[in-house]
Amino acid sequence: MVSPQDFGEFETAWCPGCGNFAILEAVKRALADSGTAPHQTLFVSGIGQAAKSPHYMRCNLFNGLHGRALPVATGAKLANPDLRVLVQSGDGCNYGEGGNHFLAALRRNIDLTMLVHDNQIYGLTKGQASPTSSAGHVTKAQPQGMPSDPFPPTAMALTMGAGFVARGFTGMPDLLADTIRQALTHTGIALVDVLQQCVSFNRVNTFAWYKQRCYELEANYDPGDWHAAMQRCMEWGDSIPVGVLYKSEHRRPLRSCYPFLEKEPLHTQKRDLDSVERIMREFE
Amino acid sequence: MSESAIQIRIGGEAGQGLETVGQLLARGLVRCGYEILVSQNYMSRIRGGHNFFSVLVDSDPVLSPASGVDLLIAMNGETVTRHREELRNGGRILADASQVEEDAEDVVAVPFSELVPEKLYTNTAALGSAAALLQLDREIFENLLREVLGGKSEDAAKKNADAFAGGHSWILKNSRPLQGPSSPAFRQGDRLAMNGNQALALGAMAAGANFCSFYPMTPSTGVALNLAAQAEELGIVAEQAEDEIAAVNMAIGASFAGARSIVPTSGGGFSLMAEGISLAGMTETPLVIVLGQRPGPATGLPTRTEQGDLQLALYSGHGEFPRAVLTPGTPEECFDLTYRALDLTERSQSPVIVMTDQYLADSIRAVAPFSLKDLPETARPGTETTDPEAYVRYAFDHSGVSQRLLPGSGTHLVVADSDEHTPDGHITEDLSVRTRMVDKRLAKRRVLEDSAVPPEADGPEKPELLFITWGSSKGAVLRAAEDLSKQGRSVGTLHFRQVCPLVPEQFLHRLESAGRTVCVEGNATGQLARLIRQETGFAVDRLIHRYDGLPMDAETIHAQLD
Repeated sequence: MVSPQDFGEFETAWCPGCGNFAILEAVKRALADSGTAPHQTLFVSGIGQAAKSPHYMRCNLFNGLHGRALPVATGAKLANPDLRVLVQSGDGCNYGEGGNHFLAALRRNIDLTMLVHDNQIYGLTKGQASPTSSAGHVTKAQPQGMPSDPFPPTAMALTMGAGFVARGFTGMPDLLADTIRQALTHTGIALVDVLQQCVSFNRVNTFAWYKQRCYELEANYDPGDWHAAMQRCMEWGDSIPVGVLYKSEHRRPLRSCYPFLEKEPLHTQKRDLDSVERIMREFE
Repeated sequence: MSESAIQIRIGGEAGQGLETVGQLLARGLVRCGYEILVSQNYMSRIRGGHNFFSVLVDSDPVLSPASGVDLLIAMNGETVTRHREELRNGGRILADASQVEEDAEDVVAVPFSELVPEKLYTNTAALGSAAALLQLDREIFENLLREVLGGKSEDAAKKNADAFAGGHSWILKNSRPLQGPSSPAFRQGDRLAMNGNQALALGAMAAGANFCSFYPMTPSTGVALNLAAQAEELGIVAEQAEDEIAAVNMAIGASFAGARSIVPTSGGGFSLMAEGISLAGMTETPLVIVLGQRPGPATGLPTRTEQGDLQLALYSGHGEFPRAVLTPGTPEECFDLTYRALDLTERSQSPVIVMTDQYLADSIRAVAPFSLKDLPETARPGTETTDPEAYVRYAFDHSGVSQRLLPGSGTHLVVADSDEHTPDGHITEDLSVRTRMVDKRLAKRRVLEDSAVPPEADGPEKPELLFITWGSSKGAVLRAAEDLSKQGRSVGTLHFRQVCPLVPEQFLHRLESAGRTVCVEGNATGQLARLIRQETGFAVDRLIHRYDGLPMDAETIHAQLD
């Protein structure tokens, strides 16, 4: 039995009231509920306040560069498919700096759980617009208001063929933990875009703003219906649906391209000099 | 190189199958027992343009590219116009009868259209004609054709065999043979025909490399393709990334989880990888990058050669951390140094860069088979710890090298961070820890110095003239030194196979005891010369350089020396 306490309690560098606290707790619960012990996990994060999260847990962790969590996670998962690999970073890291990797990872459909802390603002660098900031959002860097429309992460994931697309909200902690638990056991890439407040820098999309709009998907909602899912992904304004928007395992995961990985991870592979000898002789 | 060395050049448009014929010819010549050196000169296009493939053939080792052509295989009229002036006395032009004036004495005009079933097979017929002109063992080429082109389909195999036979017989009937190189240098089958990229990939396989992430870029794509071709048999993950930033980060992630990673690229891609190299330095994750140089800046001359990226390799990545830069000069050294790089990166937990260039990457040579059985196992990460709870990734150790365990291989936890970190891998802003961690990482330079490959010295201890060089210019320098020695000059050579870290005790005495020092490099600014001065205070007397996109050769050295 794994319990949330196995992942420890640590002092953080976050502002009091930050949405990150609720996500951290939900992650620990989801891991415990799915029976994943700390040493079986590998968290890969980028840079930002969200990316610090795994530092406040007992787990294997590679905290890399801004925007580059996905490729590191991809390499690690290919090297050792036995690891349960989670990518945890913010909206700026995953959708801005790492946007190309986001698209590629969705297409690759590797077994990763991608947790995106989405507060629609840059927190670590003190309040510039992020890829998910609303059009017109005024910041010190965008004094005339954000000129672009926001990046739609869940709709984008759906378009790119992702088999698990979900939205969470820090104000619905039980639903969030359950959503992450389902994402962990999905075969292929699983995106959980978690709406969260930034108490210091986002005065528009506050906890109350989300609380007023977020609603849980109806019990009879069918997450297997792609078109219905697309509609819910694009539902953003007065009401925002939360939960598993889409779920399907019809696409083949990346590991099927490397069948030898089913036998053993790369680190236990023995060097095969007889084969290398044969390959060398092809150059005669 | 002996007096009887000959140069064969195949020229034509992209898309005419020059490379196929060139490679078959090169491999066939090696099977016949000759030393060869291939220089490939192609334009950055898939169809049209003017490309050529040159093979120097000799019974002695061929070290440097050279001018002059003895057999020009012209796949189009333009080739004749462009290369005719280079034809040496007694040389011959082999061309399609419809493309040339038949009355020229040095032209062998073959009616290829009558000899082949389809135009597609003209190149194979030309190969048959060339083999006949040079009086090469017909059976060797027929076997090779079957092995290489036979797999396609029975029909294609037969048409290729017929085309070869057609081209071959026509020459026997209608032409006199050409004076070929004298006797073979070694017995049939004693050598492999291999270029730099192939030898490098084989060195990686021999070291157990099992992860290659890459974004295609000339001239290094071949490294990835050679590994991908063996993915199934050797269990290699060869993953094409969305860009070079992803490629290097994937390799770091794979390495962190226990793979032996290698990332081939060229200058532009390498520039994009700079932040990743810094990440490997900070997280102390093993990483081998192959930097196949081509002329820059920016896109430069994408399919030509240069040695202009030495400084890029030395200084890429922000912050201070140790690294090694290896610079092979031959396919044999590509094999050895890549094998060594994969071992060294694990032992030093530092990034290792292997530098080649387009000339070396594509240059096929006759290579003695590597004795794989003598290769020791390369270093591996730790597998266990007595107290998993107490394990920390960055424990302070006088060598700077901490025990590297893998995530998931036990109940211990592995935490790595690109932020400055405490020994347990977690973020810190404790500035006294910062200083200790910088010192720990830099201490690993000692590990790199202790295994530094010394420069290869040749010639007298105290020569009147000492050539200094690195990487692929080696052959040109050896050849130039050989020429001058024959004229009675006292000449030595010093070839750097590793340029970082430099260990002055390994070579400074040689520089100081030479009468005159000349640094030979395939770049405009003398990057090795500057590095030597920076590291030792020794200023070389002069530079010989080339930066027109072609490889350094002995003729360039002679021309600039006087």
